[in-house]
Amino acid sequence: MTYKFQLSKWQLIAWSTGLLLSTPLFFLLVESLQGDSEVFTHLWNTVLWDYISNTVLLVLGVGLLSCLIALPLGWLTAYCRFPGKQQFEWALMLPLAMPTYIIAYVYTDLLDYAGPIQITLREWFGWQSPSDYWFFDIRTLPGAIIMIALVLYPYLYLIFKTALREQSFKLVQASQLMGLSAWKSFFKVSLVLSRGAIVAALALISMETMADFATVSYFAVSTLTTAVYDTWFGYYSLTAAAKISGVMLLLLFLALITERFSRRNQAVFERQSSVNSEALYILKGKSAWLATGFCSLILIISFIIPMVVLLKYAITYFDQAWSSEFFSYAWQSLKVAAVVSVVTIVLSVLVVFYQRIAKQANPLIPGRLASTGYALPGTVLAIAVLLPLTLLENTINRILTPYDLDIGLLLTGSLLTIIFAYIVRFYAVAHGAIESSFSRISPSLDMASQSMGKNQGRTLRLVHLPLLRRGLLTAGLLVFIECMKELPAALLLRPFDFESLATHVFQYVSDEQLELASISALFIVVVGFIPLYFINRSMEQRS
Amino acid sequence: MKKTLALVVGLIISAPAVATDVVNIYSFRQPFLIKPILDDFTQQTGIKTNVVFAKKGLIERVKREGKHSKADLVLTSNFSALIQLEELKLTQTIDSEQVNKNVPAAFRDGDGQWVALTKRVRNVYSSKERLGPLPELSYEDLAAPEYKGQICTRSGKHPYNLGLVASMIAHHGEVQTKTWLEGVKANLARKPQGNDRAQVKAVKEGLCNLALGNSYYLGKMLQDEAQKPWADAVNINFPNQTNRGSHINVSGAVITKYAKNPENALKLIEYMTDNKAQNMYASLNMEYPVKPGVKLSSLVASWGSFKEDSLPLDEISKYRPLALKLIDEVKFDL
Repeated sequence: MTYKFQLSKWQLIAWSTGLLLSTPLFFLLVESLQGDSEVFTHLWNTVLWDYISNTVLLVLGVGLLSCLIALPLGWLTAYCRFPGKQQFEWALMLPLAMPTYIIAYVYTDLLDYAGPIQITLREWFGWQSPSDYWFFDIRTLPGAIIMIALVLYPYLYLIFKTALREQSFKLVQASQLMGLSAWKSFFKVSLVLSRGAIVAALALISMETMADFATVSYFAVSTLTTAVYDTWFGYYSLTAAAKISGVMLLLLFLALITERFSRRNQAVFERQSSVNSEALYILKGKSAWLATGFCSLILIISFIIPMVVLLKYAITYFDQAWSSEFFSYAWQSLKVAAVVSVVTIVLSVLVVFYQRIAKQANPLIPGRLASTGYALPGTVLAIAVLLPLTLLENTINRILTPYDLDIGLLLTGSLLTIIFAYIVRFYAVAHGAIESSFSRISPSLDMASQSMGKNQGRTLRLVHLPLLRRGLLTAGLLVFIECMKELPAALLLRPFDFESLATHVFQYVSDEQLELASISALFIVVVGFIPLYFINRSMEQRS
Repeated sequence: MKKTLALVVGLIISAPAVATDVVNIYSFRQPFLIKPILDDFTQQTGIKTNVVFAKKGLIERVKREGKHSKADLVLTSNFSALIQLEELKLTQTIDSEQVNKNVPAAFRDGDGQWVALTKRVRNVYSSKERLGPLPELSYEDLAAPEYKGQICTRSGKHPYNLGLVASMIAHHGEVQTKTWLEGVKANLARKPQGNDRAQVKAVKEGLCNLALGNSYYLGKMLQDEAQKPWADAVNINFPNQTNRGSHINVSGAVITKYAKNPENALKLIEYMTDNKAQNMYASLNMEYPVKPGVKLSSLVASWGSFKEDSLPLDEISKYRPLALKLIDEVKFDL
């Protein structure tokens, strides 16, 4: 009897979370079904297909490039010893702290026709005009792919490396004994065993890419995200904008189905709880240099150059860029990010735990529902969140009117809306990471715990949570950094007197004067280091 | 979980209390552009100003918030936003003798629903070195084959360009404007990108010879050490001087329908249309003041007087949706 009650409790929690977090999407879909589709038809007949193909190419490009960057990095740092390996291991996470709009701005400045690199080349070779030579044009689709991949690859790197570390070492050792070369072992053992983690990371990267607004709009690459903006604020048609969001969601569900499909029949459990820290391969000579060189190259391009340029701006424009308000902006950003990280982690642990223990049909649905918000680009999300909250607020106000009471804009006029929006948006990030960690805990542990008379709540607390510690930390870190960098939703939802670092920086980026906000931009990046430091320390302690 | 809830609730409750003498502003313009003016207003009147800035979506926000909206005032950077606010009935009448005295009738709504604060011209910049000044240039010429591969502009969907395209439709009709847009697109040196400054920079670097841009950008660039060389590389041209005059856009303000501090909002508008603020707009932001007789910055004055397109803004604004459609039809930005 107790057993049944417990189960329905978990079920209730999971389904409430799933339904609550998918409410905004539901309202948006209802909106998209509203009549008038003249604008949508017009777009369909003119530019929509260009937008769709740009979006698909962008997502595929970023995914592919992230693999080319992150898979070798993850494998090298997890299994090999080479000069600088220990430093690279944490340093390669750093680009995560870099908002895409900052790296895009910096590289545009450097690589533009009017930027220092092309000017120098023209001086060296005596070229006079653009027709004299060819140079990579950064404000293009390939340019956007490179910029976004440089910032998002750490997702894959982090998740892949963690997966490799937690994999049974013996399999790789066995592959070595059977005479497989390092290359072959990488392809035949490591990649195959980590397939689930890789696909999960790629799904995150795809959603993040699809939702990117700042970079593509800065590069004038028209994607579905920019189309939503144009439709909403240009054609003033919420319905058509919601319809375009529907197209985006369709693409997203295709991606998610692919992820599920690739995970079918997959059941690889960790049977050793220790983490592997010693190197399997000790690289020497040329291969050591290659490894160090590759890691350095990625680190320099994705992190060091943008940082140096930001520092240069900050020094040159110090007088204009310094403002005593940084600390208050930073505090506002940190506050929101911390609350959102904790809430999303608690919720996703509960939901993933339900998936694990559920005996009912379709245990995965609550998690899928809750994850849908990740696909919504910031502005769409903002309005999607406002639709149900406004309805709720108005209803409460109507009920209270006879009593001469009024809550005004208690919900939509406060930080609560931003926090709710971020939870909706970033739940999927935490869910993905935690699901992946959970899946590596062998069900035999649950059975053991159960046979010793522990109920499910205690199993979660005493068995799973300690094993999940690293997964939780990774998840929390990812959500935290996302919140720090998030921009479009913050712009639309913030109450009066709320300014985050991102919104502060953006008003200058949007005027192409990042220089004047360079100190705040540095702050965003540096604040992002703090959680990175903790996760790194915890990893070291474990190993 | 409980702790989290407590934290969340705490955060909401700790939201700052509303002071009595404030005016809450939704601004499409970057705060740093208007900060000196707002600071001085606070100093003069003791009324505190709170600003929420966003480039897009503020109108939707006011609309959704309805009667509970905290916004008293919306500051816009173009006329279509003003007219849209009026059409959505989100405004209230700006009833002030002083405002009517400060702002000529052409630059405020007949029913007092909005008022313009500054004017800006949609100029065409030309390369000093390769083209020199073009006093007879018209917007129509931008489609001429002689300028093939020579024009730079920001996105066609930006309000400044949409305003221009709408004015072309108002003067020439849809069919001719579409042909014109196709011609301009064929003349572009690169896909539309960046802001107005970036186009001037591209002229300096030889990527193009002609660039569309608002008047005040040139002034702002001349003030900036790093950007001065770009600005020095171009001539500013006022198009269509031989016929209807140059296209004018405005920045402006409305008082929201449900403003909680309408008196303070009105005071701010009175202040913003009066000599001191108008002078600041002119000297700090290099814009054209709406109040007649206010001195231009010496730089702006040096560009000389010019003829303005006299077609009323609400007449042009009618064609804005069509302008956007045409931009998409010719795939201007793609």
